[in-house]
Order: sequence, then C-alpha cells, then structure tokens
Amino acid sequence: MDGLPGERRAAAEQGVSAPPAKARAAKPAAPAARAPYPFAAIVGQEEMLRALLIAAVDPSVGGVLVLGDRGTGKSTAVRALAALLPPMKAVEGCRFGCDPGDAAALCADCRARGRLRAIETPVPVVDLPLGATEDRVAGALDIERALAEGVKAFEPGLLARAHRGFLYIDEVNLLEDHLVDLLLDVAASGENLVEREGISIRHPARFVLVGSGNPEEGELRPQLLDRFGLCVEVRTPGDVPTRIEVIRRRDAYERDHAAFCAAWEKEQARLRRSILAARAHLSQVSVPDAALERAATLCLALGTDGLRGELTLIRTARALAALEGRDTVGDAELRAVANPALRHRLRRNPLDETSSSTRVERAVAELFGP
Amino acid sequence: MTTPGDGRADPRAAPDPGVADDQRAAAALLAVDPAGLGGAVLRGGPGPERDGWLALMRAHLPDGTPWRRMPVSVPDSRLLGGLDLAATLAAGRPVAERGVLAEADGGVLVLAMAERAAPGMAARIAGVMDAGAVALERDGIARRLPARFGLVALDEGVEEERVAAPLADRCAFHLAPMPLPAAPSLPDIAAARARLNDVRVPEEVLRALAGASLALGIDSLRAPLLALRAAIAAAALAGRDEVAAEDAARAARLVLAPRATRMPEAEQPPAEDPPPPEQAEAGEAPKGETTDAPLEDRILDAARAVLPEGILAGLGAGMRDAARRGAADGRAGLRQATPLRGRPAGTRQGALRSGARLALVETLRAAAPWQPLRRKGRTGGPKLFVKREDIRLRRFEAPQETVAIFVVDASGSAAMHRLAEAKGAVELLLADCYVRRDRVALIGFRGRAAEVLLPPTASLVRAKRSLAGLPGGGGTPLAAGLDAAREMAIACRRAGRTPLIVLLTDGRANVARDGTGGRPQAEKDALESAQPLRLAAVPALLVDTAPRPQPFAKDVAAAMGARYLPLPMADAQRLSGAVRDAAA
Repeated sequence: MDGLPGERRAAAEQGVSAPPAKARAAKPAAPAARAPYPFAAIVGQEEMLRALLIAAVDPSVGGVLVLGDRGTGKSTAVRALAALLPPMKAVEGCRFGCDPGDAAALCADCRARGRLRAIETPVPVVDLPLGATEDRVAGALDIERALAEGVKAFEPGLLARAHRGFLYIDEVNLLEDHLVDLLLDVAASGENLVEREGISIRHPARFVLVGSGNPEEGELRPQLLDRFGLCVEVRTPGDVPTRIEVIRRRDAYERDHAAFCAAWEKEQARLRRSILAARAHLSQVSVPDAALERAATLCLALGTDGLRGELTLIRTARALAALEGRDTVGDAELRAVANPALRHRLRRNPLDETSSSTRVERAVAELFGP
Repeated sequence: MTTPGDGRADPRAAPDPGVADDQRAAAALLAVDPAGLGGAVLRGGPGPERDGWLALMRAHLPDGTPWRRMPVSVPDSRLLGGLDLAATLAAGRPVAERGVLAEADGGVLVLAMAERAAPGMAARIAGVMDAGAVALERDGIARRLPARFGLVALDEGVEEERVAAPLADRCAFHLAPMPLPAAPSLPDIAAARARLNDVRVPEEVLRALAGASLALGIDSLRAPLLALRAAIAAAALAGRDEVAAEDAARAARLVLAPRATRMPEAEQPPAEDPPPPEQAEAGEAPKGETTDAPLEDRILDAARAVLPEGILAGLGAGMRDAARRGAADGRAGLRQATPLRGRPAGTRQGALRSGARLALVETLRAAAPWQPLRRKGRTGGPKLFVKREDIRLRRFEAPQETVAIFVVDASGSAAMHRLAEAKGAVELLLADCYVRRDRVALIGFRGRAAEVLLPPTASLVRAKRSLAGLPGGGGTPLAAGLDAAREMAIACRRAGRTPLIVLLTDGRANVARDGTGGRPQAEKDALESAQPLRLAAVPALLVDTAPRPQPFAKDVAAAMGARYLPLPMADAQRLSGAVRDAAA
C-alpha cells in the first residue's frame, strides 16, 4: 500500500532529521507559517465568536464545540483566537507552563523548585491534527535521548503543551476512537497519566477543549459531546452584503497578511482589553436567586440530564455579563446563552424533526415570554 | 452544501469549443495559482481526455515544480510523514521522513481514485490545504512542514460515488475532461504569477460573484472566494492589472456553474417519467405520491407497533450464522477479517513473522532503555541492539461497522398505501441503526430500474431526507433492486464493512431485468438475482408490504436466504400480535 518507492527514497535521502530533544521547549514546536486571520476581522457568526470569547473569559465554562456547514470559517475563528488572547504568566523553564500563582496545581518539577520565576508567555492554542499518534498526544519516552544517552526521559505531548490554554480539534467527529478515549479521561480529570515503556508520570493538563466539525460527516460520541460546555451552530450567511464583506476581507488578507493584520491590530487590542476587563470583573458579577431559579426551571422544562446544564448555563451567563460590563445576571444574559449552553444536552429522539435549537428556543420563549 | 455535478457534461457529446477553451484555461489558471485555487476535480474514467488535461496542466508548470501522484490508500505515515525506518535504523537515532503532502509543497498533488478517499483521509488533506502546512505530530516527532499545493482529484466515481465533499469544496474547478485542440502556444505563467498580487478587483466583480453564487443556490462561502481567485488569475494571465468582466465570467463558468444547486428563477423540476405502459397497474397506482406529514405520523405509529424492537440486532445474530454457513461453503465470508486492517488499537509484544505489521516506534522505545546495558563490553558492532523481546506489533480491531442497506420498493403497486408504511418502517429501523452507530444506505426501485438514493453514510439526517424525497409509482423491477443491493453489499465488504440488506417489497415483480414488462420473466429474473445474495451469505430481511402476504415474496426471501416478515394491513393491535408470532 505504501507505493511510490522512488519518491520515498528521495524523501529518505533528504532526511529531515529531528531537532535535538533538549532544544525542544514545551511551547509550540515551530512558528506558524503566516499570521492567522485576525479574530476581530471575522464577519458575522456572532454566536460562535461570543462563545469563544466567553471561554477565554472563564475557562471553567468547559469548552466549545462548533458545528456547521463547510466554508463557514469554523477553523478560521478558532485559530484566530491564539493571536487575540492576552499573554499569561508561567514558571520559567517549566515544560508544562505551570501557573506560578497557583501552588496547588504545580507539576512535580515546579514543586521541587525553590523560588519560581515568572515569565510572560502566550496562551497556547494547540492543534490536535487528525492522524496524530497516541505517543505525541499523551507524551512518551523520548526515543532520541534514550537511544543516544540511555536516559529515560519523558517527552511531553500535545496535552502538556495545551495546559492552561486551548486544545483544538478540527473535524472532531472523525477523530480516532483511541484518541477520543484518551481525551475524555484527561478532560475530566485535568491530569494526564502516562504509563508506558517504563515511564510513569502524571502532569496537570487543564485546557479548554475546542472542536469543530460538520455533522453530516459523522456523529460525535455522546461522551465526547458531553465534555463540551457550549455548542454553537454556524451557517453560511445568506445575504449578499455580508457575503461580499467576507470575500473582500478574505481577499485582502490573502494578498498581504502582514498589512491586513496590522490594519486590524487596533480592533484586536480593544477585544483583548475587553477580555482582561471581563476576567477582572467576573468575580463581581452577582447571580441573584431569581436567575438561578430561572435557569433551573428552563433545564427542567427541557429535561436536560443532570446538573451540568444548569451550571454551564449560569457560568456562561455570568461570563457574558462580565464581558458586557454588567453587574448582575438577568434574563437577557440567560436568554442569550441558553441555546449554546443547552442544545447539545437534550435527550435526542432521532426521529424527531425539530432541531434541538428550536426546542430550546421554544422553551425559552415559554418561560421568558416572547 | 455543494453538489459538484452539472459541470460534468457527457464527454461523448460534441465538444463545445467554448467549454474546451474553459478547460484549457483552467489548466493555465491552476498553474498560475495552485494553492490559492485549491485545485481541480476531474470527473471521468482514465483515458486520453484526462491524460491530455493533466499533460497540459503539467506543461504549464515551471521546471522543477513538484508533481506528486498519490494513491488513495496511503497510510498516515506516507501521507503526513513520520519516522523513516531505514534511516533511523542506519543512524541509530530517529530520522523523520516527509509525507507526500509536504513533498508536493509548491506544486501539484494528484490524488488517484479520489472518490474512494475515506472521510478521515479527506479531512486530513483538507486540513493541510487550509493551513498550508502539515502539522506533524507522529511517532515522537513534532514538526510543521510547509505544504502549499494544488490538488488534482481524479474522480472515477460512477453514479452517486463522488469525491468527498470537503475536498470538492476546496477545489476551484470541477471538470469532465474533453478532447482539447492543440494549443497555439503556452501562456507565460511566470509573468502571470508575478502580476497576481497587483491585480485590482472592482467592487462590482465582488458583488457579482457573491450575488451569483447565492442565486445559484451555493451555500459554501469558499465558492465565491475561489471564483474570485480564479478571476484574479485570469486577469493576471491576460496581462491586465484589473479584473475585467470576461475574467469574472470565466471564473463563474468554471467555479460557480458546476456547484449550482438550482437554476436561478427556475420554476418546476421536470415531471416524473410516466411508468412503462404495459405494467402500469392502472387501478393500483394513482399518481404515486408521498404522503403529507400528519399521515406520516400515523403511519409511523402503526409501523412502530409492527416492528419488534431490536430487530436489527437479531439480524446481526443471524448474520454470524450466515458467516458460518459461508465458511462451510468454502467461502471466506466474514472470517477473512485479518488483524491487518481496521482501526488501530495500540500495540502488543510478539514475534515478527510475515503478515504482522511492525510498530517501529514502539519497538524502538522498548529497546531504548536497554541500549547502554547491551552495548557494555562491546566495541564496534551495530549502533542499535534490538532483541526479539523488544519487537512490538500493531494491533488492529477487526472492522465492526455494519452498513444497513435499505432497498425500498416504490412501485405503483406498493405506492398507494404501502409506501408510506414502508417509509415508516424504515424510519424505525433507522433509529435502531442510530443507536448502534451503523451506517445506512438507501436504494429505491420503481419503473424500469433501481437507483442508489443514498450511498452508505453515518448521517441519519441525510437518510431521512432522501427517504422523504422518494417518490412512488411505476412498475416493480424487483430484479434490478436485488442486483443493486448485491452490488452495494459487495462494495461494502470490499471496504471492510459488514453489509446487511433490508428489502421492503410487496413482491409483485412485473419488470424484468432488461426493463421490459411481463410478470413471468420478471419473477424468474427476481429469483435469479436473489440467489447470489444467499451464496454470498449477505444477511438479509425481507419485509413483505403487501396487504396479504405473497407467496412469491416468501419465495424470494427463501432464494436470497433472508428472514421473511410480512407487514400486513390491519389495525396495529392485530398486526403486532401477528408479527410477534411470525417473528418468534
């Protein structure tokens, strides 16, 4: 099946060899080929953008799943997030990027360190490409060092790199099952346990899981669906002016990435400041009992399983209030986030034509009035 | 969703000079901006037309431009890259190897038999096309390799088989290659490339492309974007520094037209073909039409009462019997499931003998910690000591995926009252499939022939949609339906899946295999077509939808080795009792 003997030989002769392991930091291996499309320049798709911003303000919301048609800019938006996020503080020299301010969540290395020096570093947005192997996802024995030096060293994988940031899986519904199993466990526990080749290591791996996909190409496993706090649906815009604007901006970006990004930097900076302001404001947003009651009634009416729906609904509404500079969670916030927080938690009847979104909308209209 | 379709003019039709000119232009445009335009889907079998277009495309490319041809079955290690076995063993340290996608950087990647690309494969290629780079995270290697290329997907699909939508969506051009007259001279590609970034786009071109794509019913925003890239490339090729109307027109013909899902301001879809005259069962087939929603609900309830729960699971058990029977007949049946394909399920320790697949990285990992010990006291010798106990083999899970092929009789005799019930029954079984994560496929037969309405898919939504759109009326070409089912079942097996046929018919075959009317010949053909299914040990269920169970339907079930289940017309209560008896 391998075929192409001639080309294979050619590739072997060119021999792209691996860089020395020591030089490899816990941060992204190589810079992106070009600057990603600016987040602020994305046209329309308010629900998706808002969900991503909410996840940036409060990671405890629990991840974002973006479902939608082809060519709607799903992955563009997620990849744009990396350039938007304000930098974070991390322990200098830590390969997991531990938070120096959170003593309880330090990795074993950092706990052994005496004084922790903090450095500023970009928030990781790590791509988990289809076709990645398990050893690169979870981390494994560093073969090179083992072969050359006889040292048993752990080489961190993508999960370690995504710690405190975002892990993005495009076409998440096509991800191999054994990788899904791995993710489910880590996403639930916030910790990656590696037990292989005589290596036994655990390290913190808390990340916001972001997935995107087209439901027509396959269903998502229910357990994985459940791991996403928010689920947004994107559609192609149907009006000509919006479509023209999308094409115009995309064309400008394709012609000159650097100039386009520079032109949008002011707007990007404004968004970045609003994320920081919302984070600072988050703890001051109060959730009155009336809002809690509303949320509970809504979830009851929709028959969502367990308490996670309510919890996510409240957290998301609070993050939205913080983002919009309000001090209390009210009906407006609950209404705005009910669909992304709940639509994937409804028990599905595969024969029912009504989409989950419509069911949530109906329940919301019943409860809150039209 | 895009439906790459209409651009495929019949290649045997008299070549339209305008179309030939467009196809020639497509090769030049793609050579000017391969990565920006994504690529081209060439629909049609191998032949001088396709070779001609490829040769033309290649002639346009500057010397030294990578041109990689790739079969559709390449493993990830070759597609994306990974550890180079030979070099790693020789060097005693991990050496990375580039995959085909990275090798095609700056040039063209030709994907042969593209319609056979699995969804995972298509998604990998699409992801790399979007990023312009391979994000390699394999075998202990993390690397980002540039991979900006134009994809030429050779689509040899027949009927419903098509290039996976994610790839078709990203390829600007969809062509059915035709004989091209010899070119006077090749355009200056290098000059056009140099001009590409300076071509201005007037506002009305943007407006026109965005508006046209919408009017043609094209949802994807990639279509107008690719059309714009094509228009810019056309202007650059013509030496203009602003996109002219003719550039935009060419882009619309090449990029937008093949994706159209509706005619702008079109009125009615063409009327259904009238049923063949001899076998139009006049009394029974009053304009076979689909039902309105409330009736469908009622039917659904009725059918729900009739079909015992978990009927597909029961069939699964029968399937294993069938497999055993197949093996006894000296056929491989399902037993051929070797541990060499399917889903990778980790690795295991074991001896390396022929047929086993070595998990190289895991083997090296297992050997690595022992190297200093094994090297101790030796001078010279190999750089790497690998012992038998280090050997790790790839483990695969045998494919468990089932494809339920629904074959629905939509003839006039079935249509009047039974088609709606059959649809209800299929919907119930679909729900069953959903729970079991099976794939489903849908074949309808009526009039003179059978038609694949839905190739195997995991999307229940699509299955429901195409079922709802199934019209009724016409004769009953049962033999054609059985043949179509057999073909699809065999194709499923070839793809490593387990087929399962659910045939819903009233058994009143009256159209023979060649499309002519006449009951005796039709019944003979139907029995003949049923036999191979039994011989191939394809598990099957025949649901008899006739008002009264038909002896002939029973004969067909016996001939194809299917379980027989009548779905009689009566109230749900009586029915469910009767069926429970029959199913017991």
